[in-house]
Amino acid sequence: MSTSSPPSRRFGLPFRARLATTVGGAAGRASRLAGRGDGSVIGGVIGLRLKPDLLSLLARGRQVILVTGTNGKTTTTRLITAALGALGQQVASNAFGANMEAGLVAALAKAPDATLAVLEVDEKYMPAMLTATGARVVVLLNLSRDQMDRAAEIWMLARRWRAALAGAPGCRVIANADDPLVAWAAGQARQVTWVAAGQRWHDDSWCCPNCGSHLRRDGEDWYCGECPNRRPPVRWMLAGDEVIDPTGRSRPLDLALPGRANRSNAVVALAVAEVFGITASQAMGAVAQVRSVAGRYTQVERHGCALRLLLAKNPAGWLEALDILVPPPVPVLLAVNAQTPDGKDTSWLWDVDYRRLRGRPVFVAGERKLDLAVRLEADEVAFRMAGSVDEAIAMARSPSMEVIANYTAFQQIRAALGRVG
Amino acid sequence: MSEGEYRSGPAYRGPSAVRLVWVYPDLLSTYGDRGNLLVLARRARLRGYPVEIAEVNSDQRVPVDGDIYLLGGGEDLPQILAARRLAAGGQRAGLAAAAARGAVVFAVCAGYQIVGAEFGGVEGEPVPGLGLIDIRSGRGDRRGVGEIVADTDPALGAGRLTGFENHQGVTRLGPGAKPLATVIAGVGNGDGTEGAYAGRVVGTYLHGPALVRNPGLADMLLGWVVGTMPPADPRQEDLVLKLRAERLAAQGAPA
Repeated sequence: MSTSSPPSRRFGLPFRARLATTVGGAAGRASRLAGRGDGSVIGGVIGLRLKPDLLSLLARGRQVILVTGTNGKTTTTRLITAALGALGQQVASNAFGANMEAGLVAALAKAPDATLAVLEVDEKYMPAMLTATGARVVVLLNLSRDQMDRAAEIWMLARRWRAALAGAPGCRVIANADDPLVAWAAGQARQVTWVAAGQRWHDDSWCCPNCGSHLRRDGEDWYCGECPNRRPPVRWMLAGDEVIDPTGRSRPLDLALPGRANRSNAVVALAVAEVFGITASQAMGAVAQVRSVAGRYTQVERHGCALRLLLAKNPAGWLEALDILVPPPVPVLLAVNAQTPDGKDTSWLWDVDYRRLRGRPVFVAGERKLDLAVRLEADEVAFRMAGSVDEAIAMARSPSMEVIANYTAFQQIRAALGRVG
Repeated sequence: MSEGEYRSGPAYRGPSAVRLVWVYPDLLSTYGDRGNLLVLARRARLRGYPVEIAEVNSDQRVPVDGDIYLLGGGEDLPQILAARRLAAGGQRAGLAAAAARGAVVFAVCAGYQIVGAEFGGVEGEPVPGLGLIDIRSGRGDRRGVGEIVADTDPALGAGRLTGFENHQGVTRLGPGAKPLATVIAGVGNGDGTEGAYAGRVVGTYLHGPALVRNPGLADMLLGWVVGTMPPADPRQEDLVLKLRAERLAAQGAPA
C-alpha cells in the first residue's frame, strides 16, 4: 500500500466525490448547529446518496483499521487511536460510535489528510465495509447475543466473518483467541495476531462452532473433543492486571478506564499498534490516559451526588458492568429502554444474573422499568422505582451512585445531565 | 456420559419437590430462556412447594424422572444438533421416556419445532424431530419479529398470552395436536393459530422468557404436576400483572 499522500486528499477525489463530501460536510455542520446529535451521520448519508461508492474513494490510499465485535468497539477504537498517536500523524476515526457506512464516510470525509483511519464497524456490516475500505487491519473483539430482534444470529455472523476474512489475504486480523466464535471466524484468515483478551461471558460458546460438539474448557484453554478446533497459541496476553507482550515481558496495565473488559480492550490496542511498528512501551502512556469514551465511565456531579455512568447493551455487557461496580453500600441505578436502537425485545434481561445486587440500594428507571422490576423480583433483589435520575438521587441521599443503562436510556440520562462527557 | 443432576434450594424435601429440567441450555438458549425456569421455580416456591432444578447440557443424559422439561430457542445448527442428540437415546430414554410417562414438556421456538415430527434445516430441508407432538414445521417466507398477543384455548384456562416472537418457522398441526391459542396480533404458527398442545406437551413461538408475562400459563404447567394450587399472594403478583397490562395495552389489547 502506498504511503505517499497528496497534500489534501479531497483534491485527489473525482468531482462528484468532492461535491459529495462538501455537501455532506455542510449538512453535518447544519445538523450540529440545529442541535441534532454530533452531526456525524447525516453528512455521510447525503454524501452516499450522491456517490454510492464514496467510502471506497475516501478510503483509497489510507491504512484503515476496522474494529468490530459485540462489546467494546467504541472504547477499543479510542484506545487504538491513542496508541497510534505515537506515530505523530493525524488519525481519522468515528469516535462517537456511528458505525454504519454513513458514519464511516463522515469520519473519513472530516479528516481528508489523515493517512490512518481507525473505524469501528457494526458486526453485521463488517464484511461489506472490509470490501469497501480494503482495510489493512480488522480487529475482532468478541461475539455474543445482542438485540436479537434486529441483529443477525451470532453463529451466522461468525460464518459471514469467516468467509469475508478468508477472502482478504492482505488484511491482518487481530482476534481474541479466548472467544471460540471469534477464533473460528478468524480461522481461515491469512495473517492473524492472536490475543488472549479473555472471555467473561461463556453462554454463547458452549459448543464448537466448527462441528457443534460441546467444547471442553480447562482454565483459559478450550478445545473441541470431536474435531481439531482448539484455542490458537497467542502472541499477546492479558494476565490479571498485566499484559504480557510477544517478548514475554509482563507489565502492569494501569488504566484510567475501569474493569477487566477495558484491560482486554487495551491489550488488543497494543497488538494493533505493533502492526504499525509501535512498541508497548511507546503506546502504553496514551492508552492508560484515556478516561471517558463518548460519555461512558464519565463521573458527573448532580445535586451533591457523584454519578458514574456505565453503558451496557446486552447480557455480556451487563456482566462486565456489574463486575466493575464499586462495593456496597453505594446505591445503583439501573435504566432500561426498548427503543429500536436498544432492541425492542427485553428478553435478554433474563440472561443477566442480578443476584449480586442483593443487599445494596437499587433503583430502577427507564421506559421498561417494569420489565426490570419483575426481573429483579425473580432474583430476590430489593429495589425502588424511580421516575428519573433526579428522583433516584433524591431517594438515595447518597454522596455517590453508580448508573448502568442501555443505549437510549443512557443517552436520555446524558441529556438530562446536560450531555456530559 | 454423565446424567444431569438436580440442585435443590434450602427447602429441599426430597420426593415432594417439583423437579424442573432445563434441557440443553448449551444449545437451546438464545435470548432469556432461563426466564421460564426462574418463573416456574418462583411461582412454585411462593405456594410452598420446594423446587429442584437440573440444567442438563448436551453432553449429559437427560434424566427421566423430572416433572417439567423446558426447551428453549436456538439457531439452525444448534437446533439440528439438539434434535439429533435428544433422539439418540431412542423412545425409552431421556425426554421421550419422560414425556411418555406423563411429564410436562414446555418448549419454545426452536424447542417447539424439535418436539414435533419434523422441522426445517439450514437450507430449509426437512429434519426429523422427536415426534412428541403431532406437528410439522418448515421455513416461512419471512421472519416474524415483534410482540404477539394470543388467546389460549378456553379449555386450558390459561388466559390471554403476551410475548415476543422472533422466528421464520411455519407450523402445521396434525389431528393429534390442538392449537395452544388463537392469534390476536402477530404471526404464531402462520395460520392464525399459535403454538400447540397434546396431553402435557406444550409448544409456543413466544420466545425466550415466555412465562414471565403469562403467569396463567406458568400456573397451568405447575398445576399439572401438583394439582390445584392455592392462589398466589396478590402482593407477589402486583408487578407481573402491571407489566402484563402495560405490554398488552401497548398492543391495544386489554388484559
